[in-house]
Amino acid sequence: MANSQRYTREIPHRYRLEAQKFPSGFVSLPRRLVDPISGKKEFEKIKLAGFGTILTYTIIHVASDHFKFQTPFAVAIIETDEGARLTAMITDTKFEDIKIGAKVELVFRKIMEEGASGIINYGYKAKVIV
Amino acid sequence: MVGIVGYGAYVPIYRIKSSTIANQWGNDPSSIERGLMLIEKTVPGLDEDTITISIAAAKNALKRARIDPKKIGAVYIGSESHPYAVKPSGTVLIDALGIGPDVHVADFEFACKAGTEAMYVAYSHVKSGEMDYAMGIGADTSQGAPGDALEFSASAGGSAFIFGKENVVAEVLYTHSYTSDTPDFWRREYQMYPRHGGRFTGEPAYFKHILGCGRALLEKSGMKPEDFQYAVFHMPNGRFPLKVGKDLGFKQEQMTEGWIVNFMGNTYSGSSITGLTAILDVAKPGDKIFLVSFGSGAGSDGFIFQVTDKITEVQDLAPKTRDMLNTPQKVYLDYGKYVAYRKKIHFNEY
Repeated sequence: MANSQRYTREIPHRYRLEAQKFPSGFVSLPRRLVDPISGKKEFEKIKLAGFGTILTYTIIHVASDHFKFQTPFAVAIIETDEGARLTAMITDTKFEDIKIGAKVELVFRKIMEEGASGIINYGYKAKVIV
Repeated sequence: MVGIVGYGAYVPIYRIKSSTIANQWGNDPSSIERGLMLIEKTVPGLDEDTITISIAAAKNALKRARIDPKKIGAVYIGSESHPYAVKPSGTVLIDALGIGPDVHVADFEFACKAGTEAMYVAYSHVKSGEMDYAMGIGADTSQGAPGDALEFSASAGGSAFIFGKENVVAEVLYTHSYTSDTPDFWRREYQMYPRHGGRFTGEPAYFKHILGCGRALLEKSGMKPEDFQYAVFHMPNGRFPLKVGKDLGFKQEQMTEGWIVNFMGNTYSGSSITGLTAILDVAKPGDKIFLVSFGSGAGSDGFIFQVTDKITEVQDLAPKTRDMLNTPQKVYLDYGKYVAYRKKIHFNEY
């Protein structure tokens, strides 16, 4: 469950796809302190264009409570055109179009609601470009 | 010159046919298709709401406007289905699109005319010289009670318009608003569905306000219906906008392009203005467009636009409205899926 502080902290990467590019070329979304390749802490802030490729995916049939009425749905690991790797739910896509190597566009969607009275969580999902 | 510098629409991929709803409740499908002239309507995905629809439409408007989002001085979203009762929809949008934080944001509500209301205020800011750019949006995931006539029309979608002074694609020539207290349709706090006055929503509400606004707009401008290439009106069903247009003196061929209701339904705050985006998608330089919205409660906002020669540069920069409406990716829902998508049944809380 996201509280107000955590939700606010994650807005730059969840809403705007703001990522880090380290001198080694490693691109990270979300933020991290240290480049896993060089061990250095310096980085350049970049904004991902929102396009990428499916590296792998799975179909979820038994989901956690927040997502149980959306099953079956797909979750994929995606490499963006800038080289960032991220995990995202797939939306608005027929299962037969979800393939390793398929091109996707990241779209802004509702991820989950924290019950009827909590924060509504927004962020990115991936839609296969058909 | 002040007018629209960028426009964009968004239409979800999910649909339900009028015949599916009619069969559920024992109505004659052909009488809905012929009488209300409604074939199918859009339904929001499980992960879509007024905020996500507004953002998708605004992204398309920014693609056409080709401006730095930071230059936008105001953002107004008109809707009757803002996801939060208290917490603005517009704040999510500006943070998602990189607008602000030096920006004025407000959510508007006026039944089905909240979108033109947002446009009217955004346009006025630019016209007054208060800011270079301002955005007005109308979007809804409208509600209709199970078994009510509204269920055949209440749909989802929206459109966004960025107003500015440079590279204008459609100049605003005239505006007019016409408003009175009219209890034709309402939804009280904590109620899931709106209620309405049945036939009272027609002559004393829809027709009175659109005709009042439309006639005043024609008089103010000194123009005649034949001076316009296109006319678009609020579309609560297929028949009303064609009848009100005819009453104002417009011909069927002037209304065809913006009349998207038969395959979209009534997008409430996004209704007439999404019709406007369909017109802008095909309009030619010099074309004049007549638009009158309607919101229950009740009021109408009217705009006269003149398309400029910049329009052809932007039409292909974002998805076109009729292409989104006719997408081969459409997914048809059965009634059971539809009530789950629209949360018309109560789930356990987790």
